[in-house]
Amino acid sequence: MSTADAVAGVLWIGATFYAVFGGADFGGGFWGLFAGSGERGRRARALVDWAIGPVWEANHVWLILVLVVLWTGFSVAFESVMSTLFIPLSIAALGIVLRGSGFAFHKQAAHSSYRLFAERLFGVSSLLTPFFMGTVVGAIASGRVPVGNAAGDPVTSWLNGVSILTGVLFVATSAYVAAVFLVSDSRRAGEPDLEEYFVKRALGAGVATGGLAVAGLVVYRADARYIYDGLTGDALPLVIVSALCGAGVLFLLWRGHRRGTRPLAIGAVVAVIWGWGVAQHPYLLPKSLTISEGAGNNTTMEAILIVFVAAVLIVIPSLVFLYTLSQRSIVEAEPPPPSAGASSPNP
Amino acid sequence: MAFTLGFHIVLASMGVAFPAMMLIANYRGLRRNDADALRLAERWSKVAAVLIAVGAVTGTVLSFEFGLLWPAFTGRFGDVFGILFAIEGIFFFTEAIFIAIYIYGWKRMSGWAHFWTGVPVVVSGIGGAYSVVAVNAWMNQPGGFDLAKDGTVKSVDLVKVIFNHAVPYEVPHMILAAYIVAAFLIASVYAFGMLRGRRDRHHRLGLLIPLTVGLIAAPIQFAVGDTAARSIASDQPVKFAAMECNKTTHRHVTEYIFGICTADGVKGGIGIPGFDSFLVGFNTDTKVKGYDIVPPNDRPPFNTMLHWAFDIMVGICSAMIALGAWLAWAWWRRRDIPKTRWFLRAVAISGIAAVVALECGWIVTEVGRQPWIVYNVMRTKDGVTGASGVWVTFGASLVIYTVLGVATVLILRTMSRRWRSAGAEEVSVPYGPSDPVPPASEGSS
Repeated sequence: MSTADAVAGVLWIGATFYAVFGGADFGGGFWGLFAGSGERGRRARALVDWAIGPVWEANHVWLILVLVVLWTGFSVAFESVMSTLFIPLSIAALGIVLRGSGFAFHKQAAHSSYRLFAERLFGVSSLLTPFFMGTVVGAIASGRVPVGNAAGDPVTSWLNGVSILTGVLFVATSAYVAAVFLVSDSRRAGEPDLEEYFVKRALGAGVATGGLAVAGLVVYRADARYIYDGLTGDALPLVIVSALCGAGVLFLLWRGHRRGTRPLAIGAVVAVIWGWGVAQHPYLLPKSLTISEGAGNNTTMEAILIVFVAAVLIVIPSLVFLYTLSQRSIVEAEPPPPSAGASSPNP
Repeated sequence: MAFTLGFHIVLASMGVAFPAMMLIANYRGLRRNDADALRLAERWSKVAAVLIAVGAVTGTVLSFEFGLLWPAFTGRFGDVFGILFAIEGIFFFTEAIFIAIYIYGWKRMSGWAHFWTGVPVVVSGIGGAYSVVAVNAWMNQPGGFDLAKDGTVKSVDLVKVIFNHAVPYEVPHMILAAYIVAAFLIASVYAFGMLRGRRDRHHRLGLLIPLTVGLIAAPIQFAVGDTAARSIASDQPVKFAAMECNKTTHRHVTEYIFGICTADGVKGGIGIPGFDSFLVGFNTDTKVKGYDIVPPNDRPPFNTMLHWAFDIMVGICSAMIALGAWLAWAWWRRRDIPKTRWFLRAVAISGIAAVVALECGWIVTEVGRQPWIVYNVMRTKDGVTGASGVWVTFGASLVIYTVLGVATVLILRTMSRRWRSAGAEEVSVPYGPSDPVPPASEGSS
């Protein structure tokens, strides 16, 4: 494996983390948006809030990692993608800003009307970002991003069947992952009716995602043949693993089991992302730029790997420290009061 | 992008320097068993968390903008300067994690152990600032790479990139600026409070701690800035000529304070004969390079604005030093802040003044480098995206950032009002520890 391949691997690790944790984050916003205004909807939103509260912003660090590694390691690919696909990427970035501010501010908003507005903003932007990220991936997969500064078509590159389907698939996947996570969160919070509520949604989202994935294969066969051949060729084992994990989650949830659903749901997403990586190898931009052609200066590529290792050594232990501390507080805390909430003080 | 950066630079400054104020208050609280100082530190940690969170959002957008607005620049030189952003990523991550631990640790850890969890926040803030400013320094004094005949980067020497020629003066100048901006902004908030009659010990400490930091930093900054200006006179003579409105290369150059730059010299303004030469070489006989050393299309635009930005920055720094002398005098005589309300008024406006100075400095270094994005290597117009519709992107980010700015201020005001009315410490912030109790049960009617 060359240095460039290793750096591409780092890129892919970042993308995987972003897809799983960022995806769950976006999915939380999705369920918050469609929870409705009734009492149960309000409680569902509060649960989403509670579940993503401590980590909401850390998840974007994975995105920053992907962007920085891309422009440092594969600057030509970065230039081509960002300039051709500036419309969907601008909207995705807009979504990130609105989402972040909506989330940070709704906790502080004094008036309930501001609060509602901030929540809506959070929900809508949670849809925008994954959808448009999906169109970007679709554009790259279908070979619509040529090498160069704004060399591709600014509109049709991302406004086509493959892109739109990939966008919808991204939204569905994040909703599905989030629902599976929220089942466990409701259990942790001691809210059995919300647990049931999210089981139903996880099942629905799981079936929808599976259906979209099958539809995706058909569209890819027609319009993104290179990826399709890869997915049904070298990457087939990973695709099968993903399908099995996804089916396993549905089976467990349907049978009333909770244990193992989270890892399986993560497994389904991780397998399909790495399947994608295998299918696309050795191309960064299918059929126009390979990993080795796009690679930056070798000194820099080695430095990226060194920095990555340093990051793992510094960041992982401190994250573990933080996580241990906050888990301990949950253990120490008194058991949550009954959800009628009559006893608790105002927030 | 200039606008986004102009916004981000204020937030980033707060993110870099605010934790230091918080730790100083914490230190004092622990050393002298001072409950007021500890309460300040606790509140500041929460404000810092909000600012770091908003800074993270604007930072994410900035990394998008590198591609959306400057794809050709990043595409050509990404593998030269990009690694600095990778390093900055580690620092930022560490900072965010430890501020979370620090906020979490209030009343849960022993005093000094808790204090030490705040130290990585300060250190990584400075490290992150180094990495980012070093990129800008590299754009001013590019080095550490060789170009092939077709203009692509052939080889990279990362040590020369990370420790490029402009780092020794640009990085300390910016880090000090961050501390000054944070210090005067915080102090001005408490000065406002005291002007409105809230003259308790809490406000006095909140005023004095940051003000002391700022007043120590300001004279150092003056010296560092002076060194920076002299280095620019030799490293980027055209930028220096633009700062001083100096058209022709000659000796005994007059230093103009304000005035309008025209084709036949400076109109209006106060001129000090020979002083510009003296500042550059400590001798009025020093030869100073003017605009005329490069052809007209290699000169920066908006000469008057640049010149004023530089003068305003220097002027504000001098005013801060004067403010410091005033405080030091009063403290030496009476162990108290000056009695007159004018002192508090001066401090109250110093926060805004510090931000103005910061933005002026940003204008000087960025506009002064034009028309180059990478000094003498790549022109700005060659770095920009080939896509049309950039103005739409620009307009959208203008709106977003205005909203974000207003909202941030509103949030901080709400926090302060809650603290004042209830004295309650439970204001939830993005980095707060996860509530042990899910809020599903909170606040039902």
